[in-house]
Amino acid sequence: MPDLLLELFSEEIPARMQRKAADDLRKLVTDALVERGLVYEGAKAFATPRRLTLHIAGLPVRGSDIREERKGPRVGAPEAAVQGFLKASGLTSLDQATIASDPKKGDSYIAVIEKPGQETIAAIAEIVPSVIRAFPWPKSMRWGKASAAGASLRWVRPLHSILCTFGAETEEPEVVSFEVDGIVSANITYGHRFHAPGAITVRRFDDYVAALEKARVVLDADRRKEIILADAKTLAFAQGLELVEDEGLLEEVAGLVEWPVVLMGSFEERFLEIPAETIRATIRANQKCFVLRNPATGALANRFLLTSNLIASDGGAAITAGNERVVRARLSDAAYFFATDKGNLPDLDTLTDSADKLGLDLSKPLDQRMAKLVKLGVVFHAKLGTQGERVQRIAALARELAPIIGADPDLAERAAKLAKADLPTEMVGEFPELQGLMGREYAELQGEHPSVCAAIEEHYKPLGPSDRVPTDPVSVAVALADKLDTLVGFWAIDEKPTGSKDPYALRRAALGVIRLLVENGVRLGLLANSLNLYGSLVSSLISKRNMSYELELKWFEGTDLDPKMTFAKEILAKLARESPDEVPAIYEGAHSLLSFFHDRLKVMLRDQGARHDLVDAVLGEGASGSDDLLLITRRVAALGRFLETDDGKSLLAGYKRAANILRAEEKKDGEGAFAGVADLQLIAAAGLIEEKALAVALAQATPKAESAVAAEDYEGAMSALAELRPAVDAFFDKVTVNDPDPALRTNRLKLLNQLRAATLAVADFGRIAG
Amino acid sequence: MSVLASHPVAATSPAMDPTRSFQGLLLTLQRFWAERGCVILQPYDMEVGAGTSHPGTMLRSLGPKPWNAAYVQPSRRPKDGRYGENPNRLQHYYQFQVILKPNPPNLQELYLQSLEAIGIDMLLHDIRFVEDDWENPTLGAWGLGWECWCDGMEVSQFTYFQQVAGIECAPVSGELTYGLERLACYLQNVESIMELNFNGLEGDAKVTYRDVFLQAEQEYSRYNFEHADTAALFRRFAEAETECRALLEKGESGERHLMVQPAYDQCLKAGHSFNLLDARGVISVTERQSYILRVRELAKACGAAWLKTAGGGAN
Repeated sequence: MPDLLLELFSEEIPARMQRKAADDLRKLVTDALVERGLVYEGAKAFATPRRLTLHIAGLPVRGSDIREERKGPRVGAPEAAVQGFLKASGLTSLDQATIASDPKKGDSYIAVIEKPGQETIAAIAEIVPSVIRAFPWPKSMRWGKASAAGASLRWVRPLHSILCTFGAETEEPEVVSFEVDGIVSANITYGHRFHAPGAITVRRFDDYVAALEKARVVLDADRRKEIILADAKTLAFAQGLELVEDEGLLEEVAGLVEWPVVLMGSFEERFLEIPAETIRATIRANQKCFVLRNPATGALANRFLLTSNLIASDGGAAITAGNERVVRARLSDAAYFFATDKGNLPDLDTLTDSADKLGLDLSKPLDQRMAKLVKLGVVFHAKLGTQGERVQRIAALARELAPIIGADPDLAERAAKLAKADLPTEMVGEFPELQGLMGREYAELQGEHPSVCAAIEEHYKPLGPSDRVPTDPVSVAVALADKLDTLVGFWAIDEKPTGSKDPYALRRAALGVIRLLVENGVRLGLLANSLNLYGSLVSSLISKRNMSYELELKWFEGTDLDPKMTFAKEILAKLARESPDEVPAIYEGAHSLLSFFHDRLKVMLRDQGARHDLVDAVLGEGASGSDDLLLITRRVAALGRFLETDDGKSLLAGYKRAANILRAEEKKDGEGAFAGVADLQLIAAAGLIEEKALAVALAQATPKAESAVAAEDYEGAMSALAELRPAVDAFFDKVTVNDPDPALRTNRLKLLNQLRAATLAVADFGRIAG
Repeated sequence: MSVLASHPVAATSPAMDPTRSFQGLLLTLQRFWAERGCVILQPYDMEVGAGTSHPGTMLRSLGPKPWNAAYVQPSRRPKDGRYGENPNRLQHYYQFQVILKPNPPNLQELYLQSLEAIGIDMLLHDIRFVEDDWENPTLGAWGLGWECWCDGMEVSQFTYFQQVAGIECAPVSGELTYGLERLACYLQNVESIMELNFNGLEGDAKVTYRDVFLQAEQEYSRYNFEHADTAALFRRFAEAETECRALLEKGESGERHLMVQPAYDQCLKAGHSFNLLDARGVISVTERQSYILRVRELAKACGAAWLKTAGGGAN
């Protein structure tokens, strides 16, 4: 069976795009082949900085013949219909059609169209150019003379040549001939840019790979990665060191070379005074080099590993020396930044006002940076004000939350005030990814409490579903305050996430809040807290800023304040601060935020494989404590466990039966017709024994379940419900609900209504799926 | 390889040796690109932040007419001043700029040959093209290309312009920008720009970069950071903006435009005033964006007007 070899040779493709581009090429070409009925045995795609290559093995020489029957009009149909049929099926006269007989509908014409299978090579010649023209690069460009015209070819960087051959192992493969914007397909490739720049004629995949290898190109990125990793480890080991592995960097570096040559460089030991993370970040971000550590102590070594693309004529001495120069310059900068950040700012006297606002101690370097951030008036968001204002809010909130979490309020406040202080440092300015980490480093240097130092680093966490959740109560308090302020703020200015748009990562922030609460076992009335926060935020937004008129009007809506009235804003601000739930916009906003949390909780539970329908059941109308996410998750867990038991399954079935009957009968008698307690005397006089048993069981279990729920003992509530099961089962077994006697019927429906009410105390069983 | 082994310029005199003399580097590049058909322009006689701002790139890269030029452009970045104390940062430095419209198919090879011409051996040094998508928000320009690395050091910027002044480039130009000081430090093997040998001579005849520029760096850093008259700069920004718009309006003549370049000068003046104000720290983060947008609007208007001139391809 013949193979296809395709290579698209271009100028350097960005490393981060190579892997996906190879995948896309494979998928697009194979999908198009399969669509034409051309199945293959295997396909693999490769990428280097200068080429995308696709090898498809085991293709047929041509596709199978296609026989198609097209149904035509009745025999004797009007001429127009016959002509239409002939035209559509490509026949010249009705003689070429066959006639099909149908006893019911009569005879009709059938056209049999036979298409011979397409030559695979012809199919490829059609497919490849269209794949190239519509290739899904994340960013593409035009170039050269052709770009003077409107619709010239786009590629990630200029495309230079296309190699495309097709043929069986036993014969000389053919060039699949086509042209894309002046590039004519051929059987030519090129080797390493410097070692073997000349043209190489290629037959098929096997000799292609071998020829490239000879021309100093390793085609397979995974092989390049293996080579780099193995050589890096060997070089490290020879020096008694250990490679600090970094998969992201390895992937990137493998996309920057066609022929990897790993070399070791060093820098002056004095630079090791700089925090290790900073050295790693500098060397990684700017130089794309690996760092090394001492395996015994774990301390960073004054060595690094670079991956060059050349077997240099001097063994790599010049390349190493060049890289060392750059690393030295970068580390000198970092050392300078570090020293600067540890020292005093030059213009301290101008910072006293700003420092006073937050109660900062200007004798300490990190406090000075925070004061500078306040003074600079760096904007967090145009409508939400400056970072300084935000930090003030977070500090106040962290202090308020501290007792709930079990954190020292002073420490929480202090940590919040320093949490963003590293933003104006030189180091974070240069390496934004070190935010938090540098703050911690500098806080430690000025002797802050260990919990404060930890919180400065950890308050950004968790950054996603798999990120670690902080556990130090001070960190938890600041992390919660930071995220709640963000969420409430964007809710207040009506910038909620919509569809795929979530520019301020509010979903991530909400998930962070949930995980911080649940995983640390923190109980927090989210609604009351958001209302207060919302109120004070709106209040300060109204007083301090000129918001858009629409937004202000929204806040006035539903209040009995006239926005045109003198002091209307002042009154609204006061109202928002003192009784936020009396301002409809705030009340609705806080509730909308709460349901956002509920939605996030469902997504989280679903992602963890839990039943998210149970969240709805637990939140269902009438369920209390719905703004305490910890309780919700506990109730969901208890309910989930209960529904796994026989009692639970059976009770759920009983509930559904009761609910169905009630729904049907309430249609006849009207909503609420069966409210109230069943008449026990009537049961005693005319009822069945099972009826009585259920009435008794309900009378016992319902208050038990209710008090257990009130005591937040969900397991207890579930066992109380479980006690109902035998009585419910027996009731449905023996009792006819719709008794001819209207009094008995109503009484029995009342019992079922009581059963529904009893389960509702625990969860809305009607919202449980299945 | 070794395309230029027989290149006639190198090593005839130390003053012209690109690996020993700063001016030798500059002259070698000029000669290299002159031999490849470029018009060798002189620096634009106004303060600009980069070689791209020179009308020889900014305006000439718009419209259908072929254009190949190379020049040195002194670049002013007031904020980067360090009173001459930082080994790698200056508020005034040189860029060597090459603009080829449309880009020739072998632009990468030409670029590598230019590196050979200044003494970089491709089998000794590790040259790499690392993704870097270039963008100049004040000029409304962007393109795709690379930072060119030599042994881990960025020595040039290589860009295929896609848009300039908010206008699609048709055809696309290739732009090469060599950071001359950094390249020279590498070639001369010195750690600080100030140590560069400027004229390639030794002993008493030797002139260093320090001799030429240290005093200027100190004086301009004082001016940029401490003493530039901000009220006057705000005023100048507004005046340049107004005049740019006025000239664009007055230059309108039916299908043609008659005064684009004077208008563009005003756009550059506004840009430089903004850079100085930025260095003085009197523009807040939120205002900053709006100033950039204002300059961009001027640049876009100039670009659109350029297309109505002979240089821009109007007939």
